[in-house]
Amino acid sequence: MEKVINGKTVKVNEEGYLTDLSQWDKKIAVELAKEKGIEMTDKHWEVIDYIQNKYKSEEPLSIRGIKKSGVINIKEFYDLFPGGPLKVSTLIAGIPKPKSCM
Amino acid sequence: MKKLLILGAGTSGTMMANHMVKKLPREDWDITIVDQYKTHYYQPGFLFLPFDLYKSKDVKKKGENFIPRGVNYVLQKIDKIVPEKNQVILEKEILSYDILIIATGTKIFPGEVEGMKGPKWYKNIFDFYTYEGAKALRNKLREWEGGKLVVHISEMPIKCPVAPLEFAFLADSYFINKKMRDKVDITFVTPMGGAFTKPKATKALHYLLEGKNIKEVTDFAIERVDYENNKIYDYGGQEVEYDLLVTVPPNLGDPVIERSGLGDDMNFVPTHKATLQSKAHKNIFVIGDASNLPASKAGSVAHFEAEILEENILRYIKGEPLKEEFDGHANCFIETGHGKALLIDFNYTHEPVEGTFPFPGVGPLKLLKESRMNHFGKLAFRWIYWNMLLKGTHIPFVSATMSESGKHFEKED
Ligand SMILES: Cc1cc2nc3c(=O)[nH]c(=O)nc-3n(C[C@H](O)[C@H](O)[C@H](O)COP(=O)(O)OP(=O)(O)OC[C@H]3O[C@@H](n4cnc5c(N)ncnc54)[C@H](O)[C@@H]3O)c2cc1C
Repeated sequence: MEKVINGKTVKVNEEGYLTDLSQWDKKIAVELAKEKGIEMTDKHWEVIDYIQNKYKSEEPLSIRGIKKSGVINIKEFYDLFPGGPLKVSTLIAGIPKPKSCM
Repeated sequence: MKKLLILGAGTSGTMMANHMVKKLPREDWDITIVDQYKTHYYQPGFLFLPFDLYKSKDVKKKGENFIPRGVNYVLQKIDKIVPEKNQVILEKEILSYDILIIATGTKIFPGEVEGMKGPKWYKNIFDFYTYEGAKALRNKLREWEGGKLVVHISEMPIKCPVAPLEFAFLADSYFINKKMRDKVDITFVTPMGGAFTKPKATKALHYLLEGKNIKEVTDFAIERVDYENNKIYDYGGQEVEYDLLVTVPPNLGDPVIERSGLGDDMNFVPTHKATLQSKAHKNIFVIGDASNLPASKAGSVAHFEAEILEENILRYIKGEPLKEEFDGHANCFIETGHGKALLIDFNYTHEPVEGTFPFPGVGPLKLLKESRMNHFGKLAFRWIYWNMLLKGTHIPFVSATMSESGKHFEKED
């Protein structure tokens, strides 16, 4: 599927997650965040940067990993990305949603 | 004499011992396997034990019976791996190696969640991921008079990620059979976005939850268990009340991995996902639940990995490039209760789809659909496990990498 975000056409899956990280940029992230009612701050960007790096080095994302990352504690993570922080932050970061096997 | 050392004699380690003893010449190679326990548990059976569907003897056997002749079997706790010296420190001795296979798996750590392993542990808070937990829960269920049953996953990843959902399905059957389903309220609590997270599975399977009247609480990242008031709380402010909490505590790699400085945040060993070589050391390979691969942590996955790892160790010995073949292939039977089951087959890139297995268009097993045949497949898995899988026998018609024929894939865009 394709979606036009901020004038740019990007590939997304049926749940709206970008399928190609190379099409991602900060403007797109700002728009995706807006759809979720989030206004991006420095702290948000720091988290996005961390999870994109995890993804690029093929390391699985987990709440525990976030806790140990030193970037943010879990309470803050929930405050920044309400309603399922891993789900929402990965959407904004342009990487796949964490999944179980089915 | 060269030395191959295998750490852990669970599903993966035992399989590798059986694979390698057939391939490495006795006069050149000495093979040793180490485990702390003399019992080998059939962990998939822990799902059935609480419901009195399996007995203790179905799930535990002497490990020794599955270690092939020609392999040294050492029963000791592993204290530390020292890669710089190619040595492993055990409780009572030090072993050296030329090639090391790490197969120490993952286990539950209920102490990681505040209040979980407190005074109510095994009173009204249980796990079923250990033999002790599954058995204690069986005794509890035999006398439980009903109330709020909460089936809960603490955090991902966990081994056999569908087991908690199967537990909820089997609980529904169990209480119907005991004629007390009306007295039990079942809620499934998950840190993920839903009981199913992949779109095709959600579409095909969500009816199961509705039909069985199992409630779903999603995106629940547990912060603590309030064992005095029988409630669990999450970081986002959600709370769920229980009378009986069946939880899957955090699954982490064994502490030996942390002590050795070889693990990630969850003590899993960073591993090349197509070759199974560890990222940090060329002569260390990792198989099964102990690795950080983005594949499911399941015995069937370990079985597929074993075929590829055998080949790669032989190549490594000959100095040839490793085969980059492992594709994350997994296939699991999923019990849905009332004598039926589902079968799913997937890998790193393909999500579970509908179709037939293992013969394209014929089956006899149906993918992503409930059937009695699939249930018999799940029960047969126990026999296959003890008699074929551990011994490293190739299971006919099922290949280590995933076959795409007979499956209803949509075109990827
Ligand atoms: C409830 C449940 C249901 C499941 N259902 C299924 C299913 O239907 N299908 C399926 O394919 N899989 C299923 N699984 C998953 C499957 O059991 C595991 O994925 C599989 O056993 C992994 O094998 P492994 O060898 O990597 O780890 P394990 O089999 O756990 O073996 C690890 C071994 O290492 C030893 N060890 C670890 N640390 C040390 C140490 N420091 N010193 C000495 N020894 C050590 C342990 O004693 C253990 O014997 C299920 C698991 C559970 C819990």
